[in-house]
Amino acid sequence: MSVKRDSLSLSLAVGAYGTAFGAASVTAHFTILQTCLLSLLTFSGASQFAVIGVLGAGGSAISGIATATLLGTRNALYGLRMAPILKVRGAKRVVAAQVTIDESTAIATAQKDQADQITGFWHTGFGVFLFWNLFTLLGAVGAKAIGNPSAWGLDAAVPAAFIGLVWPRLIDRKTRVIAAAAILLSLALVPFTSAGIPIISTALLAIIVGWRK
Amino acid sequence: MSAQWIAVIGTSVCAFGLKFLGHSVPESWLSHPRIQRINSLIPIVLLTALVAVNAVTTKSKIVIDHRVAGLAVAVAALIAKLPFPFIVIGAAVGSAVAYHFGH
Repeated sequence: MSVKRDSLSLSLAVGAYGTAFGAASVTAHFTILQTCLLSLLTFSGASQFAVIGVLGAGGSAISGIATATLLGTRNALYGLRMAPILKVRGAKRVVAAQVTIDESTAIATAQKDQADQITGFWHTGFGVFLFWNLFTLLGAVGAKAIGNPSAWGLDAAVPAAFIGLVWPRLIDRKTRVIAAAAILLSLALVPFTSAGIPIISTALLAIIVGWRK
Repeated sequence: MSAQWIAVIGTSVCAFGLKFLGHSVPESWLSHPRIQRINSLIPIVLLTALVAVNAVTTKSKIVIDHRVAGLAVAVAALIAKLPFPFIVIGAAVGSAVAYHFGH
């Protein structure tokens, strides 16, 4: 019973962030339809913010897709962890894959027995999907209605959302040093490369540091 | 087709592809420690770069403006351990106030 309650409260809390995405996406010149499709089809918060962040800063579709896709690689590792627990095939596997995100995996892997893991995964996956999409629509329609985004501070909401997503990951000296290096590298490239390149280039830092240990 | 449409479709196809891949390949394919390490660092560098580029650049120039005030509020909210919506709303309020003082 408590796993269902945990799933619902997490779904509501996370889903509410959808408002920030909806507003940010419209501010970055995506239409309401495109914004809602990103939440329905991409359904991975960091990737969605990334693609609108890159295009909003003037980047190309390719660099937006590449940045969002690199941020989505962790979902593949979640799928790897969930597959032996869920044991689903066919259409059910397609649905399971779509709702394989940070939250559904986190709730599932926090449970002790397999029945609770399965319940936690599906309830959180569907719960976040429902609320994330509802709140995305709300944020997008709201932002469209208010006009000039700068006057309402919405242009600062995008970097604020990113800093909120990365902050809990800066847990030790190594992660803070690599984050500082990413700021320096991206800003150093801004005057010399087309938009979007400064962001995706920092993936090299992750590959170099991660490769060497 | 506009860049936005290409981005929406491309991002969605790739995002689903990655999720489905995880559910479909043998575990040994992705469980190499090197892949795990790089995978845990990628969100840190990309999200940090997204903060920097969205906060202090406009087109291909470094521009310090009202957005920095918003970001400062966001950092203060994070240090105070406030939940995510407060971080985003706080940043918007801080930035909007700075925008109106500057105009």
